[in-house]
Parts: sequence; C-alpha cells; structure tokens
Amino acid sequence: MTEIIRASAAELAAKIKSRELSSVEVTRAHLDRIASVDTEIHAFLYVDSERALAIAARVDAKISRGEAVSPLAGVPVALKDVFTYAGAPTTCGSKILEGWIPPYTATVAQRLLDADLVILGKTNMDEFAMGSSTENSAYGPTRNPWSLDRIPGGSGGGSAASLAAFEAPLAIGTDTGGSIRQPAAMTGTVGVKPTYGGTSRYGLVALASSLDQPGPCARNVGDAALLHAVIAGHDPLDSTSIDAPVPDVVGAARSADVAGMKIGVVSELGGEGYAPGVEQRFTESVELLASLGAEIIEVSCPHFVFALPVYYLILPAESSSNLARFDGMRYGLRVGDDGEGSAEQVMAATREAGFGAEVKRRIIIGTYALSSGYYEAYYGQAQKVRTLIARDFDRAFEVVDVLVSPSAPGTAFKIGEKVDDPLAMYKNDLCTIPSNLAGNTSASFPAGLAPEDGLPVGLQVMAPPLADDRLYRVGAALEQALTSKWGGQLLDQVPELAVLL
Amino acid sequence: MITINEGKGDKVALSRGDVADLARLARIQLTPEELDHLAPQLEVILESVARVSDVAAGDIPPMSHALPLTNIFREDALRPGLPRDEILAAAPAAELDRFRVPRILGEKA
Repeated sequence: MTEIIRASAAELAAKIKSRELSSVEVTRAHLDRIASVDTEIHAFLYVDSERALAIAARVDAKISRGEAVSPLAGVPVALKDVFTYAGAPTTCGSKILEGWIPPYTATVAQRLLDADLVILGKTNMDEFAMGSSTENSAYGPTRNPWSLDRIPGGSGGGSAASLAAFEAPLAIGTDTGGSIRQPAAMTGTVGVKPTYGGTSRYGLVALASSLDQPGPCARNVGDAALLHAVIAGHDPLDSTSIDAPVPDVVGAARSADVAGMKIGVVSELGGEGYAPGVEQRFTESVELLASLGAEIIEVSCPHFVFALPVYYLILPAESSSNLARFDGMRYGLRVGDDGEGSAEQVMAATREAGFGAEVKRRIIIGTYALSSGYYEAYYGQAQKVRTLIARDFDRAFEVVDVLVSPSAPGTAFKIGEKVDDPLAMYKNDLCTIPSNLAGNTSASFPAGLAPEDGLPVGLQVMAPPLADDRLYRVGAALEQALTSKWGGQLLDQVPELAVLL
Repeated sequence: MITINEGKGDKVALSRGDVADLARLARIQLTPEELDHLAPQLEVILESVARVSDVAAGDIPPMSHALPLTNIFREDALRPGLPRDEILAAAPAAELDRFRVPRILGEKA
C-alpha cells in the first residue's frame, strides 16, 4: 500500500496498463489513505468512494478487453470543490451552497472522466476561492502535511495538501491570483496555471472571470504535464477558450533541457519582505539552472509593484458581480422566508447567513469600486494599469524566454496568524498575481526547504501566453538536478503522518 | 520589495453608514457588529488600492483579456436542457413545476 500511494501517476498508469496493478487496487489504496489521515489533514470536503471504485472497475475491464486507454487511465485524481461534477456536492467551501448537488459536469471534470481517470472526491478551498490559506473555508481549514499547525496555502490548499499527504497522486486546482501556485509552494508540490483560455472554465463556479484558470497539481513535473495534456484544449462551451493546439507540455517535461535558454530574474520580486530561506533557495535554483546551461539575465518589470492593488480592485469588482447569482431563489441556501418578507429581504438575510467574512469584505469592496462616480477611478483605472503590467511582460519576453521569481514571499505560516489582517494575507499572492492579470502562463516548482523553519519553498517560472511548454522544460531540469542532489524527491522528507487504524 | 502602499495613497473615508449603504446595494444584511468590524478594515484596504489612480495616463487602453478575442457563435443546434425535476428538487422551494419565491412587489404573499 505504501508503494502505491507514494508512486508517481506515470508509474501507476504504467502498472495499471500492464495489469501488474488494477485501478481498483490503486483507488482503494488512496481511499484507505484518505480514511486514515484526512481527519487530521482535512484536504477533502467530500469523498466519492463508491463511484470512484465503480469507475476504476470499468477502466480495469476496458484494459482487460485490450481497449485503447489514455496515458493516465485508472489513476485517481482529486478535484477542487469549485468544479461541478454531477451527483457530487459542490460547495466552493461556502455555506450558501451546502448540500447543493449540481445537475451538470464541468468540462475539466468531464475530460478527466473521458480520459479514464478516477475522481476520488472534492477538495477543500477558501470560500469561493477567496484566500491564501484555506482558512476561509466554511468547513474548517486544511492542515499542511509538513507541519500540522501551518496553512497549506490557498485557495487550493485541499488539492495541494492531498498530494503532500499521499491521499491522491494528482489534483486539479484553479488559479485566479495564485491559488494553484502558492499552495504548491507551501506544500513542496508542483502547480501550473495554464495560459488564460488554455483550459475551460465551463462548470467552474466563477470568482473573477477574466482571471480564473483551471490547472494541474502533481508531485512531480512529468505527472503535471500528463494531467495538463488531459484537461487543456479548446472548449466551445467557454467563450474565452483558445482555439489553438495545446503546447507539447509532455514532450517539454521529458526533454528537461534548458541549455541556451534565457532566464530573466525579476528584480522587483525579491529583497525586503522576503524570508531569508526563500531568497536562499531561489538564488540556489537560479544558479543550478545556470550550471545546466541557461543564461541568467536580470530584468525589471516596474509596474509589477502595482499588481496587488490592481488585483484587489479587479477581483472584488468581478466577484461581486459573479456572486450576485447566490440569491437564495433557485438553488442553495434560503433564509428568512417566513411568508411575510420580500424577496429582497430574504436575499439579504440569505447572503448574510451564507457568506463568510472575507466574501462579504470583497463583495462590498467590489460594490464600492463599481458604483457610479467611482467606476472610472477604480475599476477603469485598474484595467489600464493591467495593460502596463502586460506590457512589462511583453518587453521582458523580447529579451528572455522565461521569467523566474520566488513563488511567494514566505513559507507556510501558522493557522490563525493572519486571519484578521486582510492586507498581510493578500501579500502572499504578490509574486503570482502579475501572471493572472496579464494572462500568461506560470508555475511553481519545489526549490527545497527554508533552513530557518524546514518548510518548502517554491520557484515560480513565468512564460509568454501559449508557451506553457517552457515552464515544464525549466521545471523538469530543476527537478532532475535537485532530486539527484537530494537523492530523492522533496516530498520524501515530509514527516510521516499518524495513521488511524 | 513589498509595497502595497501603507499610508501613501489618498485618504479614503468610509463611514459605518457608507458600509451599511454598500451592504444594502450588495443585498447583505450585515449585523451592527459586522459593520463595526468591517468599516475600518475596508478603509485600510481601499486606501491601499487607491494609488492605482496615480499610475496610468489617459491614453493607456484598458485590458480585460490576455489574447485578442473576437466574438464567435456556436452552431444554433437543438440540445436538451437540464432536467426540470432535478433542478426543482434542488430549489429552496418549488410549486406547480416552478420556483417558488418570496413576494417581489409590495403585495402580500
């Protein structure tokens, strides 16, 4: 069982295909692991055991009949609770959707099923993906497997923690301001935000529509690439989906070749406010890439310092509009319907009861930023500064192939430490936000442990739109060099969890 | 360097009453305790984001998407809608094959 849960997705797929292992065995091993450690980790909001085993049995039957199957057939995957999956509850970490069972399935989830992957269940997240710690989940925080009193990052802390706790070999996240990459950095895993439009948003409960992007989470670069290839590609059901071939991410991960590549270090993302261990591991990673033949160039992106204020105008504005749909009329929670109150009163009572503090904060800020008289000064102006940030990227990518920075300024902080200080919490996304605003692709790869606290540090790699393959090239090169230096993967060092028997 | 502008931007004055007005517009019935707690927090957040107004000149075009997108249409083909009974089963209240909602005008239900 330990061998199964610690194996890579690629290894599991190969063994399932050669019938050395069955998908049912593999699925059961992961369900058992969830049963024994998830009371502590709380990565999952819902475990879909019965259906997972049924899907696994179907895949095994397909393989035994000699039918062609996809490269990840039979491998279990965890799905962030922001995606609809017909028949399984979708809460987005919110009380307002408690018990709601969607009647349809998101494109990303459908592609997992079509590729014969086994969906284990739905993972915990900050309510409506608003947060950087998973503490804003209405169902309680997820704990970081590296240190149980620490946050696993957010909003996709459940997906990232499920990987680091060996509850799933693969997971799906969404990244609006760093919700895939920052949790990857906090948990020593791999997380990729594809180019905006590279993966479908259909069936994803919208946070900020111009920023949201689904992406793969995995324990190694090759597995992430395989999962990326399964979920990416044009979807007519998403009007912002790109109708172009998916970059060869799997081939790029296999090549792991950075010789002659020009790598830009963003001078604005580092220095004061960054943890010493983060800076140390970042610098070492860059030196390692240089030793593999990459050319390192320092690049300035002067408008990146405005990314955080721009984001915290655009995101609340878009999310206050998107979350207007939760009105207690057609689905989800309804409160205060005593036969006397008006629809408007019931709506206000429902939203008061159903939304948590951070969601209310952001809805009210968004309402303010979009109100007449302020619209131009806030939202309109933020959209213009967004152009300046995208132009910084454009200028940089004229000189370099990819940009690098730390994935986050610090390592995982203690649960509860920043709950009532929204600005301190927002700073976690400082490095990741520029790529959401500009829509280019970006990833976080394990760079080691910070010496001062022994917690994981991530290297962020950013590439131009539609050049997602470059991320995998750099990530795989770094992974090869670091694993040979460490004599294994970073996650080999994660402490053993107490297993309930 | 981390700069989200603590104290550098324009002073944003947001009273408890302003927050109550915004909450009414957003259809969230905040409690008095929440109003006390939220007003100062929102003021700090708004002050920190206000400095975007100092950055871009008027001739910079606003941006909402990374890639130039043109509007396209799907084929106008018939396809089944979502199953009515399943949808109504998930509704907070249903009656006569419809969503039942509280009164929407001045009249009594």
